[in-house]
Amino acid sequence: MTYFRIIFIAFITFIISLTGPAESLAGYDYIDINSPFLRKIPIAVPLFKSKAESINSSDMQMSLKASDVLSGMLDFTGYFKMLDRQSFLEDPSKVETTATNIDFHNWTAVGAELLVTGEFQIRGGVFEIELRLFDTIKSSQLIGKKYTTGVNDLRDVMRRFSGEIVFYLTGNRGVFDSRIAFVSNGTGNKEIYTCEFDGVNIRPFTRNNAITLFPAWSSDGQWIAYTSYLKKNPDLYVQNVKDGSISVVANKGINIAPAWVPGKFELAATLSYSGDQDIYLLTGNGKVIKKLTNEWESAVSPSWSPDGKKMAFVSSKAGTPQIYVLDIDSGHAERLTFNGKYNTQPNWSPKGDKIAYSGMNGGKHNIYLIGLDGKDPVQLTHNGGDNESPSWSPDGSLIAFSSTREGPSRIYVMTSYGTDQRRLFAISGEQANPKWSP
Amino acid sequence: MKKKMWIVLALLCVISVFLFTASCSKQSVKADLQDVKDAAAKQESASVAAAAPAPAPAPAPVVMKTPVPVGPSAEEIAAKEKSLALKAMANEDVYFDYDSAVLSAAAQGVLKNKSIILGKYSGVSVKIEGHCDERGTNEYNLALGERRAESAKSFLVKLGVNPSRLKTISYGEEKPVDAGHDESAWSKNRRAHFVAE
Repeated sequence: MTYFRIIFIAFITFIISLTGPAESLAGYDYIDINSPFLRKIPIAVPLFKSKAESINSSDMQMSLKASDVLSGMLDFTGYFKMLDRQSFLEDPSKVETTATNIDFHNWTAVGAELLVTGEFQIRGGVFEIELRLFDTIKSSQLIGKKYTTGVNDLRDVMRRFSGEIVFYLTGNRGVFDSRIAFVSNGTGNKEIYTCEFDGVNIRPFTRNNAITLFPAWSSDGQWIAYTSYLKKNPDLYVQNVKDGSISVVANKGINIAPAWVPGKFELAATLSYSGDQDIYLLTGNGKVIKKLTNEWESAVSPSWSPDGKKMAFVSSKAGTPQIYVLDIDSGHAERLTFNGKYNTQPNWSPKGDKIAYSGMNGGKHNIYLIGLDGKDPVQLTHNGGDNESPSWSPDGSLIAFSSTREGPSRIYVMTSYGTDQRRLFAISGEQANPKWSP
Repeated sequence: MKKKMWIVLALLCVISVFLFTASCSKQSVKADLQDVKDAAAKQESASVAAAAPAPAPAPAPVVMKTPVPVGPSAEEIAAKEKSLALKAMANEDVYFDYDSAVLSAAAQGVLKNKSIILGKYSGVSVKIEGHCDERGTNEYNLALGERRAESAKSFLVKLGVNPSRLKTISYGEEKPVDAGHDESAWSKNRRAHFVAE
């Protein structure tokens, strides 16, 4: 009898092991890219170490600043849980930086699965740093890079290393080189500004002293199209980011809400000069190529699929504003949203599979996600003022949007799961209409 | 005694001289006056006689201005009327329901009044601004504002106003008259506003 039991148990175990959770062939996955935010990876970023023999105060400042900048950027992605330095076991001035010297038990003991170390020196305005990423459980180095730059270009270095880390873990370079354009009225007029991906380094882009709206980045990030009342009419402008050169589309009527075709120097916008409010395809210089929507009750707010073959837009053809998807080749459009009576501002994910939009219910706007089949939209924001104007990050992992949850309208960022909703910054006036660069 | 006598004599002489001369001159004056009067009477009668027979040329009519109070002329009054009428046109907005560019009966009434003013002052052109309340998105509201302005324009054209006198522009939700966040504010912002040019 026991003999048979043993065989039976062994057999069942064998079957279970075959049908158990499949490991990827590549080995251990740090981030499940299909559900990247469900479990954040605990990561430790201790103070970086100075190589100088006698450490002065500027070394100590750099030690803190450099590791803080890197931590902030990693935290921004939503993939990581940044461990509190206060809990670290190692004396910060004695942190070992290379695999041969690190006692990984000190790090696994505080819950770290990943560790970043840095060792730098400053010599006459030149900043040199070695940065390393370790797997504390496997006790192995995953990435090692050495950077040499000016002391004032610290953010540059940290952006690049953050990109290396995220690329290693997800296969995608991440958002660190991207910028966000937005509208703010601090000067008394709505003007367009830009900032880095995490809200740092805000700069004015327009100084029109007139209502200016709807910024949109070209695919190469070299142009921003927008609408402005500079000449007392809502006209469309295409302005170069570097040299400020401008093309104007100034037809009578409205020229609004530009959206660039991915990979091309072309854009779509709503023009009403013909008497109907339709979406037209234009060259980047503002010449009309063709009309894209026909006899749709007011087509506005175009947003392109990443392959440029489809375009989402808003129309009231069904009686209230709803989102439709136009197939460019066939010219055939299908309704996408059926829940709710006011669905606008579609923004197609760079991954191609989802569209974010703003839906108004009970007088309040919230951000929703919907798949291309139009079924079961998911609400990402709740009970926090008006949440509008969603814009995907270029890697499809984050969504920028505007929110009035604090009172005045501000730019917020959240993961594509709706987690980690946080304000990017606050400047004078109110900020809205964010658009993430490619 | 002799001195006194001489003094009295001298006085008597002086007095008599005075009496004599006075009376003489009176007499002569009287005589003069009389002469003068006679001469004047003779002259008058002569001139009247001379004037009567000649045909009198019609004397140039003197424009007798009736006293007028200091105030505006007829042109000034007309200009004031026009500016009041145009102000009335600008002060009365056309209102709309939520998410709609349809003209209610009240809206049509307001537009009829404006068409009368525009009919009276044919030289006036107008810019019709379309506005929305803050709800909804900026893009959608810019389009809706234009539909409202166009809706008002079409109705005026139907009433006979020449379309070349009517320009439209949309401001969407960008220029509210009431910054409040309730229906009382929103209903004031959903409007077409007229500006005379």
